[in-house]
Amino acid sequence: MRKLALSDEILLTVEKPARYIGNEVNAVTKNPLDVDIRFCMCFPDVYEIGMSHLGIQILYDMFNRRDDVYCERVYSPWMDLHRILKEKEIPLFALESQDEVRKFDFLGITIQYEMCYTNILQILDLSQIPILAKERELNHPFVIGGGPCVYNPEPLADFFDLFYIGEGETSYDALFDLYKDWKASGKSRREFLCGAAKIPGIYVPSLYRVTYRGDGVIADFTPDEAGIPKKVEKQVVTHMTGAPYPQKPLVPFIQATQDRVVLEIQRGCIRGCRFCQAGMIYRPTREKDIEELKRQAYAILKNTGQDEISLSSLSSSDYSHLKELVTYLIEEFKGQGVNISLPSLRIDAFSLDVMGKVQDIKKSSLTFAPEAGSQRLRDVINKGLTEEVILEGAGAAFAGGWNKVKLYFMLGLPTETQEDQEAIAKLANQIAVCYYEIPKEQRSGKCQITISTSFFVPKPFTPFQWAVMYPKEHYLNCAKTVNEAVRAQLNKKSIRYNWHEADVTVLEGVFARGDRRLGKAILRAYEKGSIFNAWSDFFDNEVWMEAFAETGIDPDFYTLRERTWDEIFPWDFIDAGVTKEFLRREYENALAGTVTENCRARCSGCGAAKYQGGVCVENKDSV
Amino acid sequence: MKIRIRFRKYGVMKFVGHLDIMRYFQKCMRRAGIDIAYSQGFSPHQLMSFAAPLGVGITSDGEYLDIEVNAAKSSEESLRALNEVMVEGMEAVSYRRLKDTDKKAMSAVAAAAYQVSLKEGYEAPDADYEAAIEAFYHKPEEILITKQTKKSEKILDLKKLVYDFRVQIEEHSPVFYLKLSAGSVDNVKPEIVLSAFYRFLGEPFDPLSVQIHRLDVYGETDGGFFSLGDAGEEITAINNE
Repeated sequence: MRKLALSDEILLTVEKPARYIGNEVNAVTKNPLDVDIRFCMCFPDVYEIGMSHLGIQILYDMFNRRDDVYCERVYSPWMDLHRILKEKEIPLFALESQDEVRKFDFLGITIQYEMCYTNILQILDLSQIPILAKERELNHPFVIGGGPCVYNPEPLADFFDLFYIGEGETSYDALFDLYKDWKASGKSRREFLCGAAKIPGIYVPSLYRVTYRGDGVIADFTPDEAGIPKKVEKQVVTHMTGAPYPQKPLVPFIQATQDRVVLEIQRGCIRGCRFCQAGMIYRPTREKDIEELKRQAYAILKNTGQDEISLSSLSSSDYSHLKELVTYLIEEFKGQGVNISLPSLRIDAFSLDVMGKVQDIKKSSLTFAPEAGSQRLRDVINKGLTEEVILEGAGAAFAGGWNKVKLYFMLGLPTETQEDQEAIAKLANQIAVCYYEIPKEQRSGKCQITISTSFFVPKPFTPFQWAVMYPKEHYLNCAKTVNEAVRAQLNKKSIRYNWHEADVTVLEGVFARGDRRLGKAILRAYEKGSIFNAWSDFFDNEVWMEAFAETGIDPDFYTLRERTWDEIFPWDFIDAGVTKEFLRREYENALAGTVTENCRARCSGCGAAKYQGGVCVENKDSV
Repeated sequence: MKIRIRFRKYGVMKFVGHLDIMRYFQKCMRRAGIDIAYSQGFSPHQLMSFAAPLGVGITSDGEYLDIEVNAAKSSEESLRALNEVMVEGMEAVSYRRLKDTDKKAMSAVAAAAYQVSLKEGYEAPDADYEAAIEAFYHKPEEILITKQTKKSEKILDLKKLVYDFRVQIEEHSPVFYLKLSAGSVDNVKPEIVLSAFYRFLGEPFDPLSVQIHRLDVYGETDGGFFSLGDAGEEITAINNE
């Protein structure tokens, strides 16, 4: 029988002990003695969140297809276990073998959001691996980071040996092969890192030197050694069809946040919203073949026994064969008690028809993400959703029996004025009007319109990467303006408004566009006990402010400073496909309120065409 | 057609709670291709019910769930299909067709048998166990204890609710065998009996010091108790036609 790393006494005193036992359906078991490389994959948040993540499932499956690799998993121990592991000095362990993480060859950490940065330090600390990369020795794992946040990995440069920039499917084989040779050679850690830095997509922060000007802006960012590339190229899967995809995803015992199987139907987005990092870094948009998707849907449902399948993409409505796929899923699986969830759908006649089939109309709500309240501002951010389309969609939905609508907006966008903020409330009111125009006997009670706003954080590799942010008070004032405007609407009783705290926004802003000098503050905040910052119960802004003050960092430098066109950004060493010229052009278009068409309508010359994939080559061979 | 499945839960699976075990079985049915029936309505769910929830930390040889199926393969084939998709620590051991008149496992539960042994690293109190059980359990007319519930305190008479209490010395350590009232009316957990017994011995009881293992769950007839696993009949290739 499997022996667990933790005693019964510990497991029976912590919350949800099943988080720490492994043994899940479709978990991979190998004999560690039979492999050359032991890889521990980490999502630095609690189990239920981490188990909901598709990327880890893809890499877990892909790595374990190799006979010479055993990939296992670890997630952040919850606060209760964290305290016990610290107090009893029990090293953190991987779920499958229950072996100590520090004995692995690699610790791979996916970095999905800025607010998990101190949780990464928690993982290293509990694993008893030196937190600073420069202090690691020959017997320590190589710590490698991946995921969307590595499009600016610099704030984490002190803690990682390597970063993998881009999509994981392409370069790991080369890295593993290099590792095996290196391990056999008996050479130093640095020699492996120098070799790895030459593999496309691999960035080794310790091999680059950064110097700063008197005003704190980067003066120079260059490799320290000959042969190390000046630019690190983002990795892209050219053809999504045929790309590795897990046929037997893991099924947790305890309920994951996303308790369903996920079918990725395409990667990337053609829309080009100027605030959206995913829309830029996952270019070009690449669809998967419909027949392959049908086969995969069947296999993952059969092999997991899950009762819900969700289509994953940044904009499902743009998938060319959506109708055929959804019809297939409904016909094939609906009768077997399988639910079909369709996020990121545009509201139109087709989607309403489909949703009417797969959801309980009375209970479900429709979601619109206009992102900005006024047409002017929607043009600035290039969100091609007009008021007309929204009202038409809402009208059709109300006629179809829905009476709940959710609306998502951002506040603090570039060029935003008070009028734009008030327009949010007006738009919600318009939608309510649309509902109450339906004759009384044909509608069911009141409608419920929920407005949610988040505060905009400019991200690297977006046209808004130059944009200035605002002080916390400004964000709260924006929310206040919206709230007051809602209360001034005729249909205010049908409109609810939720907004977020602003502290987290400012902090995200610091890290999103931060540089490697921030490492000191992250370490200090961790030492002060700051973890699980993505959980509002545990987030303490004061700790961060102290950490910045004690390490001599001015957070305003990263958020409130105007950036010039020629500024060297910490992430400029990455070639993400989209060129800086394109991003600048798009920012200028934004300021002029000029809309840019989607990739399918017209190529905007972003630079991603060099990958020769997806929408950039669609239909071009037949013409 | 009603089916009763008996299963074992052991090893690391003892840390998976009852609600998660229910969800686990729902998925098992789909993976194993069991032709389970669904309820009507907009969000149909599988027709499935469990006998008696098992607490986290407890292992078992005798757990039961009842399902409703549209069609059943033989017991042997069904067990094979289920066990092919199980994880280590879960094993289906019987798959029997119930008569329409059989009570659902959940409402049939009347008693449960447990084995309680000391975990490694724990010492048993020094005592003459045979004599102690005689004095604690067999001799008195009543054994009154206070049971703390979420809302109030309740006086229980263990004499009426403990059907059997024996001890065996195995490898120099006492192993207790208990048969206790179970079900929705008077559900007695082995911990409270052990705790009362230890108090009688003048020793503190540490629930973490023992491993509780459920042996079986019983229903009641006029003649006494019967194992829930004895209800119904095996489905063979022949009687399934």
